[in-house]
Amino acid sequence: MANRPRTLYEKIWDAHVVERRDDGTCLIYIDRHLVHEVTSPQAFEALRLSGRKVRRPDLTLAVPDHNLPTTARLDASGARIPIADPESAQQLAALERNAPEFGIRYITDTALEQGIVHVVGPEQGFSLPGATIVCGDSHTACHGGIGALAFGIGTSEVEHVLATQTLLLKQSKTMEVRVNGALPAGVTPKDLILHIIGVIGTAGGTGHVIEFRGPVFEAMSIEGRLTVCNMAIEGGARAGLVAPDETTFAYIKGRTYAPTGDAWNQALAWWKTLQTDDGATFDKSVVIDAADVQPTVTWGTSPEDVAPIGGTVPAPESFADPSKQEAVRKSLDYMGLAPGQKLSEVEVQNIFIGSCTNSRIEDLRAAAAVLKGRRKADNVKWAIVVPGSGLVKAQAEAEGLDRIFVEAGLEWRQPGCSACLGMNPDKVPPGERCASTSNRNFVGRQGPGARTHLVSPAMAAAAAVTGHLTDVRELVD
Amino acid sequence: MDAVTQVEGRAIPFGRKNIDTDVIIPAKWLKTISREGLGKGAFETIRAEPDNIFDSAEFAGSPILIAGDNFGCGSSREHAAWAMLDLGIRAVIAPSFSDIFSGNAFKNGILTVVLPQEQVDRLLEVAQSQPITIDLESQSVTTPFQDRFTFEIDPFRKHCLLEGLDEVGLTLSRDAAITAYEASQAQRMPWFAKGTGAAA
Ligand code: SF4
Repeated sequence: MANRPRTLYEKIWDAHVVERRDDGTCLIYIDRHLVHEVTSPQAFEALRLSGRKVRRPDLTLAVPDHNLPTTARLDASGARIPIADPESAQQLAALERNAPEFGIRYITDTALEQGIVHVVGPEQGFSLPGATIVCGDSHTACHGGIGALAFGIGTSEVEHVLATQTLLLKQSKTMEVRVNGALPAGVTPKDLILHIIGVIGTAGGTGHVIEFRGPVFEAMSIEGRLTVCNMAIEGGARAGLVAPDETTFAYIKGRTYAPTGDAWNQALAWWKTLQTDDGATFDKSVVIDAADVQPTVTWGTSPEDVAPIGGTVPAPESFADPSKQEAVRKSLDYMGLAPGQKLSEVEVQNIFIGSCTNSRIEDLRAAAAVLKGRRKADNVKWAIVVPGSGLVKAQAEAEGLDRIFVEAGLEWRQPGCSACLGMNPDKVPPGERCASTSNRNFVGRQGPGARTHLVSPAMAAAAAVTGHLTDVRELVD
Repeated sequence: MDAVTQVEGRAIPFGRKNIDTDVIIPAKWLKTISREGLGKGAFETIRAEPDNIFDSAEFAGSPILIAGDNFGCGSSREHAAWAMLDLGIRAVIAPSFSDIFSGNAFKNGILTVVLPQEQVDRLLEVAQSQPITIDLESQSVTTPFQDRFTFEIDPFRKHCLLEGLDEVGLTLSRDAAITAYEASQAQRMPWFAKGTGAAA
């Protein structure tokens, strides 16, 4: 088996098989488990009821993110400001109680290291190349950006991993998305992944793990790779992967939980073998020319509903599949858009720059570069910038980005999931539009009746300035 | 997980198609920290209808639900299985289920029985007045009118359900293999074992 050419996914899989059953199901060892407040309480409760322990608390890291308000967490005297929603408060309190009870390292809501679980993992060096990483959240795919096999799990599986540090899994099929050439100026990794989902569709990766390959990804920063892999799940895939390389190693080195000394050298030697072998085959392959990718926006309520910013809202009849036609009709009705409408003329009242897709330092720099010396349009009522972690926030403040945002009329918030989902106080009002850097434009995702247009950070900033969806290339050269 | 050998009793003749997990348990109930008590929110929108079958004196607390095609589609929330369990439902019969729902149901000891539409139709009729019996060992559904329908089930799942083995318990019984893997990983990839350095 070792001699057969293998894909990156197969190499990581093979290195983690504890046992293989006759029906092909494998018991897979999990190297890293990230835990947040929403999908873990029932798992901890089950452990408690059955008198079970967490097998490897040292391979588990807990941090609150989904329910936290992004307004100030401490008052002037340094005391914690209570959380208004009693159910959110209860979920947060449960994690704060469960983590120490089971010996798990817990990052508190007011710690500098707190942030969105998928920003925190790589940033702390907890997520490592070649690792198997799970979390009770579908966007765990994100960590594939550093070359880890990472995927979301349900609550019973969270319990299973806590108790056994393993999961029973069937191997996925492999899919390659190769992007050739180089991204044109003004086109970002977010535009690329939206474009890719537009090409493959939301079911395009179903049953597969996608490896993103080619010169575009080789030239891409880790932040960009995390953005791309984050949305692999919106393309139906269980996980996304980019092979680790020198860019990855430089990113990981020196981070809190990253290996050091001899362990680093050993790790590096293995990580360098984590590439798809020449001659390895994928079950499915898609090739995209980077030159075709433009700043991209969504017009509907599925992440595959994408178009270049220069385009128009499509007509339902332009789709071949009758069930898609019906879905598009419903979508346009919900979005309040008409076929043929120019996307660059769609007005937005809200701007959200944040989420595990686009809240890292590079994302904030890209938004700030557009907003510098400008102001948000008057019709934009609510515009917030939510850094992905306290460390990103501190870095941005050291670079003066927060001042650029505030001077442009945007609010600078505390880290968390924020307006990515309607679980905490940050919501888009019913019927209003939001240019959002998050990952899901589902009906009601940003609040009941909210209309979401997924965009890159630079495009969100451009929309803030003009008050409508805008080609950012018109604002910068 | 309690062992399941037979589920016997009145069956709620629900029969609707494409019931998604949002209908089984609406999103507003997800902020709970417990698996218990979700029965309150189960089928909330349907139970808001006057004279709904779930709250009728005849069917309240019935251990079986008979549903239509594609039961449990939509969001992967495990709360759907917990909510049904809390209502007292231990088995669901339908022409088809979403994969994720049947996985979640299995993990919580709820039997999902797939039967062809015409057999489901017959059971919907019988259930109006009579109890029905699901026997896992013989993989059959029977009625007091001598109907007998057999169903397929994954042998591994059947074994787990009959023995009351939860997957966690089952994997814990493989402790020696996991320990051996950890020892070999410590040799091959020692850096992974460091983690956060937290101690139990
Ligand atoms: S930011 Fe959004 S997608 Fe990411 S973990 Fe939070 S809720 Fe999920």
